[in-house]
Amino acid sequence: MTDNDASPRPPTHQPVDLPGLRISGLGLQYGTRAIFTDLDLTVQGGEFVVLLGTSGVGKSSLLKIVAGLTRASAGTVTATDGLPLAGRIAYMGQQDLLYPWLTVIENVMLGARLRGERQDPDRARHLLERVSLQDRAKALPSELSGGMRQRVAIARTLYERHPFVLMDEPFSALDTFTRAQVQDLTAELLQDHTVLLITHDPLEACRIGHRLVVLTGHPARLGPPIEVPGPTPRAPDDEALLHIQGHLMRILMEGHGA
Amino acid sequence: MIPTLVRPVVTFVVLIGAWWAVTRLGGIPFYLLPQPPAVLHALWQQRMLLASATFTTFSEMALGLVIGTLLGSLCALAMAFSPRLQRWIMPLLLLSQAIPAFAMAPLLVLWFGFGMTSKVVMATIVIFFPVAAAFSDGLRHTDPGWLDLAHTMGAKQGAILRHVRLPAAMPAFGSGLRVATAIAPIGAIVGEWVGASAGLGYVMLNANARIQTDVMFAALFVLAVMTVLIWTVVDRVLRRILYWAPGNGGAAR
Repeated sequence: MTDNDASPRPPTHQPVDLPGLRISGLGLQYGTRAIFTDLDLTVQGGEFVVLLGTSGVGKSSLLKIVAGLTRASAGTVTATDGLPLAGRIAYMGQQDLLYPWLTVIENVMLGARLRGERQDPDRARHLLERVSLQDRAKALPSELSGGMRQRVAIARTLYERHPFVLMDEPFSALDTFTRAQVQDLTAELLQDHTVLLITHDPLEACRIGHRLVVLTGHPARLGPPIEVPGPTPRAPDDEALLHIQGHLMRILMEGHGA
Repeated sequence: MIPTLVRPVVTFVVLIGAWWAVTRLGGIPFYLLPQPPAVLHALWQQRMLLASATFTTFSEMALGLVIGTLLGSLCALAMAFSPRLQRWIMPLLLLSQAIPAFAMAPLLVLWFGFGMTSKVVMATIVIFFPVAAAFSDGLRHTDPGWLDLAHTMGAKQGAILRHVRLPAAMPAFGSGLRVATAIAPIGAIVGEWVGASAGLGYVMLNANARIQTDVMFAALFVLAVMTVLIWTVVDRVLRRILYWAPGNGGAAR
């Protein structure tokens, strides 16, 4: 096991050593039906990009292609440092995907278990502390609330030590307030990662994304990137945020109607 | 502790009471439906015969349960490991169910003799299918999200089977095994009816031929008690294994 970042990194917002993610000419087709065509998107190293879209537009498929779970019909997904993406991506799905038969701490170390590597309980406990669940290490997932389970999933993601994190509407099952809390935690803990998060929630996008892109239409295309000013996580009543949130809502509604 | 015991006891007492009332008031002849005290008497009188018969039938059931569960699990695992193998085995499994296992009983006695072997084989066949079918079903229907996660974590097929699909299939395995345990006595008893010189089925057949209905009922009673006991043990073990699954005594608190 490599031990390249065992000690916490100093928080820098654009670490130069982090690789970025480049999606070019990506297309997906089921039979004759094109889900999306010619998608181009670059996520800079250390950047948190949020991809917004209404349901059924192909967001999840796009993320699965990036994660290497599905094949694209056209185009490529590469890392900007030229190294392969496989084995450097941590994935968070629509549910927390905790394995119910494993305890919280075993879930955090799941990657090591699955790869047959030695598990590192000290590191797992440290990560549980960062998501404020250090005293629930021995609990089963079914004993936790939805927000707690999602925090365990974040700890599991961080345990992987991968530069890339992909998130597929990870907080959609949570109530509004819990969601806001977990968003704060996500923005804070995933600072030193290259993140692509997809969501249908404009507020979520505005609160934690450095840059937002909207996927709309049939076949779907990416709109021009939208920058939200200020450091993340942003206050939900921030002026600029509210303005952009309204703007996004309009784009999504128009795109959906077209 | 008390409420869990009270309910079955009440059910039991009511059933016996109803039975008693029917035999007393209905004027049903003894050789059709004996009164409970007569059955109790037969139970005591024939205790040596019943005890040794119970031991025989229990051994057949237990062996059948162990072998059937092992073979059924192996079959399900083999199919999970190789989809190609599954395409070959699955139709064969379904076809084997088209032949009623009980219709095979005379043949099994012919092949494996009057001793315990033919009954163990019979019980094994009866138990094999529900275990194999339920377990293989469970192995095939793993939450796709869990599989996606495992794939992105770089897990190999073997590790996914061992750490994801296998534990995820345990609730299905559990329900298959529960069904198998409940029907396990059928295999052993039918085997004994067709040809045997020992066991509860043999005792029942003998008593029936001599119109000793009380002995017949005594044997039935012992069989029922034994089946419930075995089922309880299996259920306890499954609850231990499925500590995490809701509806199995674990998890949902």
